Amino acid sequence: MARFRSNDKKEVPAISTGSMPDIIFMLIFFFMVTTSMREVTLKVKMRLPEATEVQKLEKKSLVSFIYIGPPTNTKLYGTESRLQLDDQYARVEDVITFIERERQARNEADRPLLTTSLKIHEEVRMGLVTDVKQELRKCGAFRINYSVRKGEKK
Amino acid sequence: MAKSKKKVPEINASSMADISFLLLIFFLVTTTMDTDSGITRRLPPPIENEMDIKVKERNILNVMINKYDKLMVNNKPGDLATLKDETKRFITPNPNDEKAPEIEMKEIELLGTIMTNKGVVSLKNDRGTSYKMYISVQNELARAFNELRDEMSMKYFGQHYNDLTDKDKIEAINKAIPVRISEAEPEEIK
Repeated sequence: MARFRSNDKKEVPAISTGSMPDIIFMLIFFFMVTTSMREVTLKVKMRLPEATEVQKLEKKSLVSFIYIGPPTNTKLYGTESRLQLDDQYARVEDVITFIERERQARNEADRPLLTTSLKIHEEVRMGLVTDVKQELRKCGAFRINYSVRKGEKK
Repeated sequence: MAKSKKKVPEINASSMADISFLLLIFFLVTTTMDTDSGITRRLPPPIENEMDIKVKERNILNVMINKYDKLMVNNKPGDLATLKDETKRFITPNPNDEKAPEIEMKEIELLGTIMTNKGVVSLKNDRGTSYKMYISVQNELARAFNELRDEMSMKYFGQHYNDLTDKDKIEAINKAIPVRISEAEPEEIK
């Protein structure tokens, strides 16, 4: 009867890791293309509400963001909802100067297309949101976008 | 010459993987995956001189949200689950109903002369309403308009509204079913 030779001598060939860098580089490129750099450090808590009827925000360069939510550091700033523009807390009245600054940063042809994206924590009361919207109306920033999480269709 | 025989030593590439891993982790940490999406709306320009624009009662669907996140639709308690259907019924042209919004015949390219609805959805909220509820209501209203647009698109072009690529077709439908959501000037709702 034929017996299987137990060949102790046979070694498992080493797996070539030569193509490893290529694979990783591919991953890097994938992430670089699909993601965007984080621009501001959030100082407010951010849990966006869910909605199904969403539209994609086009032309990222023409979007300015306004963040509203309870502060992350509740010991220092309390739990009252705050407004964040760029990297710092702001008052509602500062919205106008903020929009003006954002407009100045874009070239003239793009200015009317500027959209304001409102990133608002879902527990914020509408009073603050309405105030911000009134300020936006005052300075003519009519295009707004309520940022939401995309939910499942029912 | 003896020099030409000298081989260039091979560069050790085994640490390349480590370097690229490091880069990968850097990008993973500093970037965000989420594409920004949301509900796009247009704010009305500020009112300079107060003037009452009279709109017939049958042309308005009143949606109010109070500070306890409760809905009121046309002076009756409403429900988020039925809001979409109610809105849809309201904005669908219905020439036979006296109480439904008025109909206007409009000529639109690609669609011909069709009935358009003069109804306006009026949305009011209290200062104490939660943003979550507000967005849910906005979402339901948007859903009503989108469904109606989709139906029209299927009827005239045999394609879903979201699949339309022809700009003229999209514009024709947008004209036939404009999103008319009016937000009142802020005030307190009891």
